[in-house]
Amino acid sequence: MKAYLFIPFLPLAAFIINILFGRSLIRDKAHWFSCAAIIGSFIAAVITAMDVMHGKIINEDLYTWIIAGSFKVSVGFLIDQLTAVMLIVVTGVGSLIFIYSIGYMHGDKGYYRFFSYLSLFVFFMLMLVMGNNFIMLYLGWEGVGLCSYFLIGFFFDKKAAADAGKKAFIVNRFGDFGFALGVFMIFLTFGTVDYVPVFAQVKNIAGQTINLLGYEVNLVTLIALLLFCGAVGKSAQIPLHVWLPDAMEGPTPVSALIHAATMVTAGVFMVARCNAIFNLSPVAMNVVAVVGAVTSLFAATIAVVQNDIKRIIAYSTLSHLGMMFVACGVGAYAAGVFHLYTHAFFKALLFLAAGSVIHAVHHNDIQRMGGLKKYMPITYITMFIAALSAGGVPGLAGFFSKDEIIWSAFASGSSVGTFVWIIVTAVAFFTPFYSFRMIFLTFHGKFRGTHHEEHHLHESPSVITIPLIILAAGAIGVGWFGIPTVLGGGAHFAEFLKPVVGHPEFHGTHAQEFAIMGLSTSIAVTGLVIAAIFYLVKTGIPVMLARNFSVIYRILFNKYYVDELYHYILIKPTLWVANSFIGAITDARIIEGIVNGVPKAIGRFAEALRKVQTGLAQHYAIIMAAGVMIIIMLMLW
Amino acid sequence: MILSTVVFAIGVFGFLSRRNIIIIFMSIELMLNAVNINLISLSHYLQDMRGQILAFFVIAVAAAEAAIGLAIVIALFRNKATAHVDEIHEMKG
Repeated sequence: MKAYLFIPFLPLAAFIINILFGRSLIRDKAHWFSCAAIIGSFIAAVITAMDVMHGKIINEDLYTWIIAGSFKVSVGFLIDQLTAVMLIVVTGVGSLIFIYSIGYMHGDKGYYRFFSYLSLFVFFMLMLVMGNNFIMLYLGWEGVGLCSYFLIGFFFDKKAAADAGKKAFIVNRFGDFGFALGVFMIFLTFGTVDYVPVFAQVKNIAGQTINLLGYEVNLVTLIALLLFCGAVGKSAQIPLHVWLPDAMEGPTPVSALIHAATMVTAGVFMVARCNAIFNLSPVAMNVVAVVGAVTSLFAATIAVVQNDIKRIIAYSTLSHLGMMFVACGVGAYAAGVFHLYTHAFFKALLFLAAGSVIHAVHHNDIQRMGGLKKYMPITYITMFIAALSAGGVPGLAGFFSKDEIIWSAFASGSSVGTFVWIIVTAVAFFTPFYSFRMIFLTFHGKFRGTHHEEHHLHESPSVITIPLIILAAGAIGVGWFGIPTVLGGGAHFAEFLKPVVGHPEFHGTHAQEFAIMGLSTSIAVTGLVIAAIFYLVKTGIPVMLARNFSVIYRILFNKYYVDELYHYILIKPTLWVANSFIGAITDARIIEGIVNGVPKAIGRFAEALRKVQTGLAQHYAIIMAAGVMIIIMLMLW
Repeated sequence: MILSTVVFAIGVFGFLSRRNIIIIFMSIELMLNAVNINLISLSHYLQDMRGQILAFFVIAVAAAEAAIGLAIVIALFRNKATAHVDEIHEMKG
């Protein structure tokens, strides 16, 4: 038995036990199995990661899954430095979120269901990061999408939640379609779907073109863009970002685990994993960087005016995911994965702290909160740390990773690099601004809800606060593995990942790096200070700005009307076709015609045949005798 | 052989033409016995015992059939108060 196999299969076992016996036997003890399983797999992950640190990289096929002609897929695992990082993030942050869920979901009638799906999600996520071929990646990819659907629609009796689940699933279809095509192209080109031979051979096809609808297209670019299409869906980048904010209808631990720390980062993981393909296609790299940068700015500006505490954090997630893609797009995959890693901690913390707040006030609207500082000190402090980390305040985890990305963008030297550098620097202003707007509106000032609500305010139980405290420690400390060399650190993180993702070429001096760092830090601090002025000192300013720039405000508040745009250009025509064409002609005439016509014809035939059955035994006997006569005559002929 | 053919033909004719269920029964017995005569005579011609063995089986089956058939006829007569087959058409489709 190989130790690393415990990592994915313990959560799977917990899922099976809970889903089979949860309703009748286990009920409110479901967390025992799930939490034990994920903590077990965390321990196994730590052991495996230690092995990887000592240079032991696992790549083996365990079982042949599919053989069809030359197409062969194995259930195989590849555990290298990149996987090790993901394993620690998924199981480590996952464990804390599981423990938190015990308190948060307490007393819910779907308690066992929640833990089953959460365990199943972790299983698929681990398969996604551990697989050694594209089909395993795809298996995990679809599996986490399915669990995401289950968990967003967890409160399925609420229409908004059920709709959000469907929306997430359908929007992801668009991305996954491209991703599947990408995998097909890889198989057609290389004749295999295993990572190692594909990445080894990819150099041989550089510059080859393929005829696509009459255009000569660069093969590598095509594959890279198709794969990126999947990443756009899963990691909620423009134009497929619309599902993530709605996904906030799910329970808060789900938002923290799936829609902040793990699943949405699968796109970044995949791009980093396929760096050999992306590196050969400057076009695809530029697309990745630009899409990331645009999403990052786009989401950050929306987050500034939203009032739903979870949606603010969701847009913040979009923004940070965009930054990770920026890093990948300029070739600094290590920086992107580093940001993924720190982001998992501080964003999970933001979500869980927000969940703790929601647990106390029972709604999501920050305009009806305020002054919670004195009721919920632990939540306040931990969320404050998370916001500092997310905002990129020096010394905390988020600072190092974000700075690494900004510097990589600048130092890549290309014009696209400079373009995304400007955007990301602008985002560095918005991130602390909206984070602290949220903190100040939630925790400072006077409580703006009803007296009844104020009466019920309380700090959450320790099963909720302890994970918050541990994550807060993470949000401060996990960045110290990757302190850049100019600040006297060893950049251990980038060194660790170097065998997998390589190291980008930087064109810049240490002095420039300091200047960039100083610039982005001062911009971040400016954002923080402006948030403090707006929402602590002169609280009239935001109202006045919203009134004077009401057009901009309304555009931002309505999220650039992207949902409305999709509604008119995609959903309306689809529904029209569905109702007036498919509904009226295909369904009513063709399908129902066949379905109803066949039984009707059989019925008529049977009606005619019925008359033969008179019920008189002698009639049958005559027919039989006649039959015998005929046979005898035929034989004697 | 001619005897058996004649007996069989009488049986078939009786089975098809009479309305009384008891007569129909007797016709069936006639047909079975015609078959028996046939079997035994062929057995004699061919010097093979198998035909006679089969004839015994047929007699045994005919006895069982007569017992069950008569029981059914009695049950039917109690319910319907008739022995005419053309008045029994519960199985009409």
